[in-house]
Amino acid sequence: MFNSGDTAWVLISAALVLFMTPGLAFFYGGMVRARHVLGMLMQNIFAMGIISVLWSAIGYSLAFGGNNSIIGDASHLFLSGLTDDGSIPTMAFVAFQMMFAVITPALITGATADRLRFGSYALFIAIWSVVVYAPVARWVWNADGWIYTMGSLDFAGGAAIHINAGVAALAVVMVIGPRKGHGVEPMPPHNLPFTVLGTGILWFGWIGFNAGSALAANGIAAQAVVNTHLAAAAGMLTWLLIERVKTGHATTLGAASGAVAGLVAVTPCAGFIGDASPLIIGAIAGALCYLSLGLKGRLKVDDSLDVIAVHLVGGLVGTVLLGFFADTSVNADGFDGMFFGGGGELLKDQIVAAVAVMAFSFTVTWLIAQAIQRTIGLRVSEGDELTGLDQSVHAESAYQA
Amino acid sequence: MKLITAVIKPFKLDDVKDALKGIGVAGMTVTEVRGFGRQGGHTETYRGAEYQIDFVPKVSLSVVVDDAIADQVVDTIVSAAATGKIGDGKVWVSPVDRLVRIRTGEEGAQAV
Repeated sequence: MFNSGDTAWVLISAALVLFMTPGLAFFYGGMVRARHVLGMLMQNIFAMGIISVLWSAIGYSLAFGGNNSIIGDASHLFLSGLTDDGSIPTMAFVAFQMMFAVITPALITGATADRLRFGSYALFIAIWSVVVYAPVARWVWNADGWIYTMGSLDFAGGAAIHINAGVAALAVVMVIGPRKGHGVEPMPPHNLPFTVLGTGILWFGWIGFNAGSALAANGIAAQAVVNTHLAAAAGMLTWLLIERVKTGHATTLGAASGAVAGLVAVTPCAGFIGDASPLIIGAIAGALCYLSLGLKGRLKVDDSLDVIAVHLVGGLVGTVLLGFFADTSVNADGFDGMFFGGGGELLKDQIVAAVAVMAFSFTVTWLIAQAIQRTIGLRVSEGDELTGLDQSVHAESAYQA
Repeated sequence: MKLITAVIKPFKLDDVKDALKGIGVAGMTVTEVRGFGRQGGHTETYRGAEYQIDFVPKVSLSVVVDDAIADQVVDTIVSAAATGKIGDGKVWVSPVDRLVRIRTGEEGAQAV
C-alpha cells in the first residue's frame, strides 16, 4: 500500500529536479560570451531529451536492476518488469532518478563551454550517461552497490553526481584543450542577470533534489530542506567575505557561485546532519571552492566556468566532511561521524568512495573523450569557434542586433 | 550647414536632448558606442580574476544645423553634458556638402 504523502513529495521533487537543468543552462549561459549563449543553453536543454530517452531505455536498468554490486542488468529495459515494495511506487523513484541522470552530464558543459561540436557532445553525454553515470549511481545508491554496502553515505549525490561530473569535466578539458584566446583576451560573462536567475532556479530545485532523496515526506525530508537552504546561505556569505577582502568587491557572480558551492557540498550530507553542521559545511565549501579557483591554472586546463572548483571541490568537501558531521540522532539509517562519536570508520569509507569515483570517472571519461577526439573530433573549427556556436553550429542568434 | 557630432556620457543624454530642444533643435540621431580616450578603461572582477575593459560605453549624438546656430548648439551640448570629471567626451563640427529631406525632396536649409 503506497503512502500518498510520500508519493506526492517524490513526484513533486522530480519536477523540482527537472527544473534545475534549465536553471543550470541560465547559470552557465550568463557566464559565456554572447555569441556562444545558445550553444550553452542547447547543450543543457538537449540533455533533457537524450538522457531521458537513454535512462528509460537502459540507464535505469543498469543502475537499479539485478543484484550485482558493480553493475545492473537488463531486467528493466524500457522500464519493464518494475515491482513495487516500498511506500512509493517504483515508477516515482524512476522519475526522480531520471532527473538526476539528466542534470549530471549537463554539469560538465560548464567546463567545455564555447568549443564543443554539437554531434560530438551528444555522442559524449550519451556514452557517458550509460558507461559512467549508471554504474556509479548503482555503486552509491543501489542496496547491492559496493559503495553502499561498504557503509559510505551519499544522501543526494556528492560522489555520484558532483565528484563524478566534476572530475569528468577535468578529463574532458584535458583532452579538448583551451578556448581560442584563453589567457590572451578577456572573456567576461555576457549576462550576469541570467546567472543570478539560474542560481535562483537551481537553489529552488535543489530543495527537491536533496529533500526528495528522503524518498518520503517525513522529518528527514524536512531536515534536508533546512540543511540545503542553510548551506547555500553560508556558502554565499563566506565566498563574498573572502572575495571582498581579496579583491575589494562583493560581486553578484560571487554570491551566485558561493550559494551553489554550499548547495553542492551539502548534497551528500542533507539527510544525515543537523544543528549547526549545514552552516559549517556550507561555509567551508564557500571558502574552499573560492580558494580552488586557481587550481585550473595550476592544472593548466581551461575549465571555462569553474566546474572543477565548484563541483569537484564542493563535492569532495561535502563527501569528506560527512565523515565528521553525520549524526544518527538525525537519521538512524546513517552512521555517526567523528564529531558525533562514530570514530574514523565512516570518514575512511567516505574517502574510499570519493577516490574510487574519481579514479573510475576520470579514467573512463578520458577514454571516451579521446575516442571521440580521434574519430569524429570533439571541437568545432577555429573559424566556427570565433564566429560563435550560436551561428556556426545552430544557425541562430540569441540577440538580434 | 554643419554636422555636429558629440560623444558623451550615456546618462547625460536626456539633459543634452532637453537642452537642444530648448534652443529649437528639431531632431537628432543617437547611437550607443564604445571607445576610450584619456579616461581609459576600467577593471572588472569575475570570480577573483581581474579583467581590463578597454572600451567604455558612450553615446554618440549627431545633429545637422544651420551655420548660424552651430556655435550655440556646440556650447549648449558642452554645458549640458559636462560633469567636470574625466570621460565627459568631445564635440566636433564638420561641414555638410548636401542635405536632402527624403519625404519631400527639399534640400539645404529647407531640409534641416
